[in-house]
Amino acid sequence: MGRILVVAEVAGGSPTPLTLELVSHGRTLGDEVAVVVLDPDADPALPALGAHGASQAYVGRETAYREHLGQPAAHVVSALVDRLHPSLVLFPGTQEGRDLAARVSARLQLPVLANAVDVTPEGDAFLVRTAIFGATVDVVTRTRARSPLVLVRPKSFTATATGASPPKTEELPLPADAPLGARRLGSVVAPSAGPALEGARVVVSGGRGMQEAANFEVLEHLARQLGGAVGASRAVVDAGWVPYALQVGQTGKTVKPDVYIACGISGAMQHLVGMKGSSHIVAINKDPDAPIFKLSDLGVVGDALKVVPALIEELRARGLT
Amino acid sequence: MKVAVFVKQIPDPTGVGRLDPVTHLLVRDGVELVMDPGDANGVESALRVVEANGGEVVAITMGGERAAEVLRKALAMGASSAIHIADDRLRGSDALATARVLAAAVTRSGCELVVAGTESTDGYTGTVPAAVAELLGWPSLTFAKALEVEPGTVRIHRQTPAGHDVVESPLPAVVTVTGAINEPRYPSLRGIMAAKSRPLETLSVDDLGIPPEEVGLAAAGQEVVSAAPAPERAAGELIEDDGSAARRIADYLAELKVI
Repeated sequence: MGRILVVAEVAGGSPTPLTLELVSHGRTLGDEVAVVVLDPDADPALPALGAHGASQAYVGRETAYREHLGQPAAHVVSALVDRLHPSLVLFPGTQEGRDLAARVSARLQLPVLANAVDVTPEGDAFLVRTAIFGATVDVVTRTRARSPLVLVRPKSFTATATGASPPKTEELPLPADAPLGARRLGSVVAPSAGPALEGARVVVSGGRGMQEAANFEVLEHLARQLGGAVGASRAVVDAGWVPYALQVGQTGKTVKPDVYIACGISGAMQHLVGMKGSSHIVAINKDPDAPIFKLSDLGVVGDALKVVPALIEELRARGLT
Repeated sequence: MKVAVFVKQIPDPTGVGRLDPVTHLLVRDGVELVMDPGDANGVESALRVVEANGGEVVAITMGGERAAEVLRKALAMGASSAIHIADDRLRGSDALATARVLAAAVTRSGCELVVAGTESTDGYTGTVPAAVAELLGWPSLTFAKALEVEPGTVRIHRQTPAGHDVVESPLPAVVTVTGAINEPRYPSLRGIMAAKSRPLETLSVDDLGIPPEEVGLAAAGQEVVSAAPAPERAAGELIEDDGSAARRIADYLAELKVI
């Protein structure tokens, strides 16, 4: 048991939910949880980090962390890991977390484990559980590095506050010779409608079996009737039918709604890891051998383009417009 | 401009993957092996860069003997040459060791731009390209859904949860592309014929100057202790749609008190 270092992500002056999950779980893995927060908005995020168990914060506020991808943060985090020798470093399994962990791994020659869904201590080492092949196989890996780097998937742990006071802070200046690398010139926000996918009680998701982009309208209708959100598989996002914001899966969102309704989704492993934690799964697919049926509580072998409109009518008959 | 593209041979992703019960390594025997679909987007991106700027594409893979098949496919799509790092001592290499090998191959190739898929479709670790960039001391531009290169500069649209960021960097650099970036071309018959006469170099770790003790299963910074089928969800009900499926789903939603 030693010191656990958590790489924090901040959005709008608050730690992200995933960051708080990592800090909370970190308390069960070591004697002390330290966080490194590299963001111009770091300060307002510190009380919540403390309340979830971080006793020490290493803070950098340079705008370079927002303007540049990965490299400045990797420079500073690597130096910190090299100085502290934490027994474990937890990274959020996000786009930024992945780039950062990869660079720290290469710089310090430390191994990195990606897609972790659980981490438990075992003597001086840790057991890291990952789910592969569409979450059909559980792999447990034992770390053997001094400071293993682990990327954790969202919603693997529960965020719990202890109510402790804000952490002690130490300033972490960005050295003048740090490489900056690729620069963000601007951001474009795609318009979105309906409730947020994460946090929705019901998710109605569509895949290739919906045939074309226009058919997503019926999924939107069904989602409205159920007070839910619309999701999608990577295949249809890559085909440009719906924006990336709707993507559920490995490179998209991880959702755990009460009910997940998969329409015309065969269940590529990429997709399954993002939704298998749903409490109840309903799947509609033409192919009786589709992998999605192995996970579903209620599977319907049929054409989603017929079943979904019929379901909308059925719900309308029961008073849901 | 010389552009490197990483390609990987994986078990057909439409099938279900298996691990060897003893070694915990991916089972490749008796399984159809294909070019990772995400890498086809990478090859297409690299070809478009040289079509616009002049130059050549070098396809690079690390893997067993059969992995040469994906290099031949990349050559048939239009790559000018290929590098195959094939060495039994690489078996079981982790992401960091893989990055070391690929970075050394990029240096040897003299390329100033590397294109790779965002993550492999079999392992989806997704850390290799950025680790290669760090080992080379290059910037990395990840999750590109659009890519534009002009002499000395690379610019991408980086997919974000809300839309995209425009990201720019001087060359040399590493870019990872998503499946949304393009529609990969199919090798033409002429391309397949031409590929046969293009150079395909096979290298060992010694050729790359990498100490063998830094790669392979023994060098991995972790060991797999178990790989077991995930706990199955309670056996579900599977029905054929005979026109009553909608009613059954509605009843189920009512049982769950969703409606």
